[in-house]
Amino acid sequence: MNLAFLTKELDLKVASCEDHLTREVKGGYVGDLLSDVIAHSTQGDVWITRQSHKNIIAVSALREHAGIILSLGTEPGDDTLDKAQSEGIPVLITTLPSFEIAGKIYDLLAAR
Amino acid sequence: MTDYSYENTFTVEGGDFESAGKTSIEIKKVLKKLAITNETLRRAAIAVYEAELNIISYAKKGAIDLAVSDDKILISVADQGPGIEDIELAMQEGYSTATDQIREMGFGAGMGLHNIKSCADTLDISSEVNKGTHLSIVINRRGSGNDESGLSD
Repeated sequence: MNLAFLTKELDLKVASCEDHLTREVKGGYVGDLLSDVIAHSTQGDVWITRQSHKNIIAVSALREHAGIILSLGTEPGDDTLDKAQSEGIPVLITTLPSFEIAGKIYDLLAAR
Repeated sequence: MTDYSYENTFTVEGGDFESAGKTSIEIKKVLKKLAITNETLRRAAIAVYEAELNIISYAKKGAIDLAVSDDKILISVADQGPGIEDIELAMQEGYSTATDQIREMGFGAGMGLHNIKSCADTLDISSEVNKGTHLSIVINRRGSGNDESGLSD
């Protein structure tokens, strides 16, 4: 299951790196504390968060996430998107809260 | 004496949240080039990230010395900052002296030193109040050390 499939299936808005959506999603992690996410998320996860400042990109790049999903329609600033572009991290936006989008992704992964 | 095939110093400016993670990403790229992979790379990247964020969050400035030999990675971190009064307390997960501004960005959860310890084979901390803190982090490239589960609690 790749990011392009998730984007289509869950009606996500692509905010950065549209050319990287072929990236495989192996799992997911939900968190807004960066130390929690860096310690407990794994490579290939899609990271669901409400944080939208540019520091999330470094965390995602270091853990080699598939991408980031911002919940509740959170719009990232241009500095975040610039950083995402330079590190090659897809940033997607959902209008749903973190719990709901996580549940939907969990179901999709479990069905595979 | 350990024979280090790679040694370099990376400087980090305190308060520079704009560049947070930049040094960690740079160091991770260096380690990858040195053929350090998987679990060892993961542990080194997390330890460096937390050390970098501690300098940015609390110190005026600091330096991360990276030394790599055939069997280990040595990460020495020295900052000019407020120091740590009670190291044992600071090591406890959840304890933090972060400001609200730092916490709003998702930092300052009180997990930094705890994460570093989980990733290290040995960790030595020394600190002098109003002077600064020094961390010596050793990550073995083979054999012992905490695996992924070591971070789960």
